[in-house]
Amino acid sequence: MAEFKKANSMGEWFDQRLGVVNFSKVMMTEYWIPKEINFLWAMGMILAVMFKLLLISGIFLLMYYKPDVNMAFDSVNYTIMQDVAYGWLFRHIHAVGASVIFLIIYIHMFTGIYYGSYKKGREMIWISGMLLFMLFSAEGFSGYMLPWGQMSYWAAYVITEIFGGIPVIGGDLVVWIRGNFYVADATLTRFFMLHVLLIPLAILGAIAFHFYALRFPHVNNESGEFFDYEEEAEKFKAGDKKGAKVIPFWPVFLSKDVFVLGVFLIFFFYLVFFHYGFAMDPINFDKADGLKTPAHIYPEWYFLWSYEVLRGWFFEIAGVSGKDLGLMAFGFANAIFLVMPWLDRSPMVKPANQRPYFKYWFWLMIADLMVLTEFGKLPPTGPNAWVGFGASLTFLVLFIALPFITKAEAKKVGGK
Amino acid sequence: MKEFKILAVIIALVGITYYGIEPYAHSVMHPEVAAADFTFKDVKNVDTSLAGNAENGKVLVEANCIACHAIESASHPQMMPNADAAAAYGVTPPDLSHAGRIYDKNYLANFIFDPVSAMHLQHKFGPDTGKTFPMPSYNWMTPQEIMDVVAYLQSIAPKVAEGKEGHKVTFEAACGRCHSMKYAGIEATTPTENLKTYMGATPPDLSQHIKSRGEHYLHSFINDPQVLLHGTAMPRVGLTEEAQEEVITYMEEIGDSKKAERETVGLWVMLYSVVFALFAFLWKRKIWEEVH
Amino acid sequence: MMDESRRGFIGKAFGAVAAVGGIASLIAMKKTWDPLPSVMSAGFTTVDVSGLEANKLEVVVWRGKPVFILKYTEDMKPTDGRSVKVGDHYFSVMIGLCTHLGCIPGYEKDTKIFKCACHGGEYSADGKQTFGPPPRPLDIPPFKIDGVTLVLGEEGPEYKAMTAKA
Repeated sequence: MAEFKKANSMGEWFDQRLGVVNFSKVMMTEYWIPKEINFLWAMGMILAVMFKLLLISGIFLLMYYKPDVNMAFDSVNYTIMQDVAYGWLFRHIHAVGASVIFLIIYIHMFTGIYYGSYKKGREMIWISGMLLFMLFSAEGFSGYMLPWGQMSYWAAYVITEIFGGIPVIGGDLVVWIRGNFYVADATLTRFFMLHVLLIPLAILGAIAFHFYALRFPHVNNESGEFFDYEEEAEKFKAGDKKGAKVIPFWPVFLSKDVFVLGVFLIFFFYLVFFHYGFAMDPINFDKADGLKTPAHIYPEWYFLWSYEVLRGWFFEIAGVSGKDLGLMAFGFANAIFLVMPWLDRSPMVKPANQRPYFKYWFWLMIADLMVLTEFGKLPPTGPNAWVGFGASLTFLVLFIALPFITKAEAKKVGGK
Repeated sequence: MKEFKILAVIIALVGITYYGIEPYAHSVMHPEVAAADFTFKDVKNVDTSLAGNAENGKVLVEANCIACHAIESASHPQMMPNADAAAAYGVTPPDLSHAGRIYDKNYLANFIFDPVSAMHLQHKFGPDTGKTFPMPSYNWMTPQEIMDVVAYLQSIAPKVAEGKEGHKVTFEAACGRCHSMKYAGIEATTPTENLKTYMGATPPDLSQHIKSRGEHYLHSFINDPQVLLHGTAMPRVGLTEEAQEEVITYMEEIGDSKKAERETVGLWVMLYSVVFALFAFLWKRKIWEEVH
Repeated sequence: MMDESRRGFIGKAFGAVAAVGGIASLIAMKKTWDPLPSVMSAGFTTVDVSGLEANKLEVVVWRGKPVFILKYTEDMKPTDGRSVKVGDHYFSVMIGLCTHLGCIPGYEKDTKIFKCACHGGEYSADGKQTFGPPPRPLDIPPFKIDGVTLVLGEEGPEYKAMTAKA
């Protein structure tokens, strides 16, 4: 190790010990992002900020929350909501934030699909992103149980019951997950642990991994164009800022992000203060009662599409019960997005609307997810059940057909 | 321009989905019901246009009512402790001090004539149920006599304070015999065990009902529970519109006590967000001038 | 060469030792997640039905739910697929939650019906819905007959025969 010179400034002192100059170059001023982007590229930063908001509000809720079936409900609805100064604010931010973060996750995810940002070297970005989606789903589900309201209880009951459909081990697995034969204190305390420690730790790790995965293939751009980042970066550094196809993360990219964030926050805080019913279901203000089922049980909106895929199969086909078919479809639906990079067999990286076949697939998929989401909430009676079945079947067919569609597309474009 | 187009598409898709899973789904799960009727015009056994004589009503009340009912405001104290009263009648009989104020005149008159039909509890206390309501029908009284009783009860009902204190009095008189409200420290005057037998199930604690049911639902539910929850053991209590408003307001004062603070802070935070976005926009424009 | 392979062997052996430790810890962790012994034993409720009085409802708690046990009188006819014969007597064994919205119905001795106070649903003594909103009969919990005792939570041959019919 070279000998330390006496530092002439605080900056130098830190640079000697931590290499801050180089670090800030790598992380900020010389971390290159394409210039040809729109506001959808700011969703990642919004997600990071939302996660921070959830973390901070969660810390304050943790100070007063009591994970015990006899105390949980009142600790939330009395102590936090009405006693603690601004406790209500943290709860509203936490509950609404948890719901809205999924909206942004979906926008972020479908942006990735639309622009083909999951292939040609970007597979790991996609996979780490889907991993985050799964972790956030688990985090949302475990957190929803904690206020110990009727919907907390019965959503937990119904969702854990799903595992009972797994052959052979199903029944024991449900009991193992719950720690009891029904959703009870043991269930609450273990989901509390998952929600406040294990899953957040995993999320922090996955976020770091997701950011790291962006480094090598670089961020995609609006037209899907591949260019030499080194060359464009040199251009930028040489002063040709207008001609370069890249911009530095700080301050250029971030200034746009922060503006989009500002607009988003107006919308977000409107929901937090004035329009929170969608995230804080009225039924959940009734204390959990294992002896009394609410008239309608439905999961939070962001799970509705996969819940409907599960529910859509309500009759027996070829000797397999509707319940088992639903479970298989549910498993398929939750795993299939993960292998998206390999289902899309066309090498083209372009916005969906510039792809002859894929554009139809993309918008059909969005429409189908919307139908599934809507019917996942409606009572599954009469014609609703058949719409649910149709949409669920459509979902499976869309993903099974995707490799063939994209292969045909590649052929057509290649032959041009 | 292109960015606005993208934004429009996203807003449209999110908006349609939101409409489907919130307003639309809720309208399917909770269909609209007939509007609340605060005149209770379906019960018409007594001609309520008759002018009552409070003097005569006093005599009738003292002869017929105070064996079971306390009337603190007219110095008729409770005959026995709540637990004993509940054991004797199934549920504690109400103190009639506030009856003339909180109950609608038409309802009250018809209730005295025949309690079960006024309460819409025929399914619970009808002739073929084998159960009788603890209070007998006073259908042997003439309409004039009944209106005299009503006039007397109206004359002795004390005025209550404005604001939360007064709302509490109304709440306790209207709901407090069966419902507790933990967050306000109010316990039902009938012991839980008696209630369970009398009602078939323990009536819910109302601390959070302003949130779990909402004002809209409570407005028609309290007016006539059978409309929204057919077959429920809860009676139609016959509150006047003003008394019901006071009850609902009290539920909000207890169940959503930070509402005013939330709305004020909300406005400031949104205002701040607008300023934040504005400055962010100016900063972004300055920085991007160099690269565009 | 000799050294290389020895090092390879030692490396593999060390890997195996580490794996054993890792697996053992995983097993311990899995067991920590298991339901507690007290929960497991509470999962099976044993009821001695020999002492029960006919036409008097016995309510036992099984896995957080009330279970109705009703001994039939001489003149009550057993229902195929719903009534349970223990010894010489027939019983109704049912989860005591209204299949409408989960309230607990009450039993009326004189009329021999279950009546749900919440929304007026009614069931006959064998648990079939006879009036009101309930969509299906009262559910039957898994049980095993062991002499004069019922073990709730275990699937005995009689229970299997009943579910096969339904």
